[in-house]
Amino acid sequence: MIEIQRISKSFGDRQILKDISGVFEKGKPNLIIGASGTGKSVLLKCIVGLVKPDTGTVFYDDRNFTDGDRKVKKEVRREIGMLFQGGALFDSKTVEQNVCFPLDILTSMPKEEKAERVNQVLTRVGLANANKKMPSELSGGMRKRVGIARAIVNNPKYLFCDEPNSGLDPQTSILIDELIKELTVDYDTTTIVVTHDMNSVMGIGDNIMFIFQGKKLWEGANKDITHSGVKELDDFVFANKVMNAMRQNT
Amino acid sequence: MKEIGSYFIFLGNLFINRESFRTQYRLIVDECVLIGLDSIFLFVLVSTFIGAVTTVQTAYNLIAPYIPNYVISQVVREMTLLELAPTIMAIIYAGKVGSSMAGNLGTMRITEQIDALEVMGINAVNYLVLPKIVASLFMYPLLVIVAGSCSLLGGYIVGVLTGIIAPTEYIYGLRYLFNDFTVTFALIKAFAFAFLVSSISSFKGFYTKGGALEVGISSTKAVTTSVIAILIADYLLAQLLLA
Repeated sequence: MIEIQRISKSFGDRQILKDISGVFEKGKPNLIIGASGTGKSVLLKCIVGLVKPDTGTVFYDDRNFTDGDRKVKKEVRREIGMLFQGGALFDSKTVEQNVCFPLDILTSMPKEEKAERVNQVLTRVGLANANKKMPSELSGGMRKRVGIARAIVNNPKYLFCDEPNSGLDPQTSILIDELIKELTVDYDTTTIVVTHDMNSVMGIGDNIMFIFQGKKLWEGANKDITHSGVKELDDFVFANKVMNAMRQNT
Repeated sequence: MKEIGSYFIFLGNLFINRESFRTQYRLIVDECVLIGLDSIFLFVLVSTFIGAVTTVQTAYNLIAPYIPNYVISQVVREMTLLELAPTIMAIIYAGKVGSSMAGNLGTMRITEQIDALEVMGINAVNYLVLPKIVASLFMYPLLVIVAGSCSLLGGYIVGVLTGIIAPTEYIYGLRYLFNDFTVTFALIKAFAFAFLVSSISSFKGFYTKGGALEVGISSTKAVTTSVIAILIADYLLAQLLLA
């Protein structure tokens, strides 16, 4: 479980996040949603420690990550897996080397065991024969899958996905969403997904936090999102033509 | 001033939360291959021609009959050791290796590869930059030695082939009143320039913000700033060690 308490962040005069608190539960995908530029990715970066919040604290299973000592931070970071928007694969390494990277750096696993683990996760994400390919040879969907494989190879307790569907066609998006949900349940991870894709919201949004102009305006499950009573959330949800048509039909 | 402060903090971060020696060793060897082998052809080519041109131009200017021919190679030697091999090559090094370092790190920054390292708890400055600086400190002095030798050889070949100077005179001039401190001085300069080019270029690349356009801007800034730093350091070292 991850808990955030009163997170605020400004860049210069511009306040990006305003006093956001919340709990992200284990074993189900937690979604942070909102329109572009509302601060979702900054919030995610505050949670994983890439950006230090001005105020507020992040707890990983009651361990204070924001103000904790270096040992706690190192321990938590070893338990984190993250999928970046563009995959963030290392260009100079093959798919296999990319996936094996966290094992090389963070563990002292024997070579054979590492190879076995890499093959296992690559098969899990549907890329069993892509070991020797370079990132430049991969499609957008494949890059995301390799990114997911790298994120889960070290059995993370916490999985973060920043816009996992950006730049993907709807079918591939659904596959990626399903993969994230399956991995979350199978590995019992605390998963946080940042997205503005309504398909993801309706597909895997068991626990959703809606951010608007840096503030948390709503929290709940996808089954309740269409009747939240929050105008800004309705504007966001029903900006999607399919959702709008559904509303008019019901 | 803020940027200079950030540069020194960046240098301080090189030694925090270090990777294992084995990992660092592998990365340093990779960088040595990239820096050394990929640059050697350009260094040999440029320095050979510079040596050749220096010989021709020195001969052209020495028209007085009472000045012996071996002065030509003496001048080529002094110019090569004091300035051409360490300093002019450092400017070429900044253009080739420095811009490549900045471009590489800048691309890694904008494609979130550096963020990916940091999320894993890896100090990206130590992991990515320290090997570049150490490899540079190993390879650039070697490149300077190669460049100096090629420059003297280029002068010899052109001088002899065009009949400007006899082989024995050229060799005599190279050895005449030779002060071996000039070699030490050239190597001191090589170490200083290697550090400046690699650290400044890495700093510019590492903190790239934006997209592909900004990566290009970072590379250009890396070269410009490195060249300015080389020229200032060149003057300071000459003043400190030769004056």
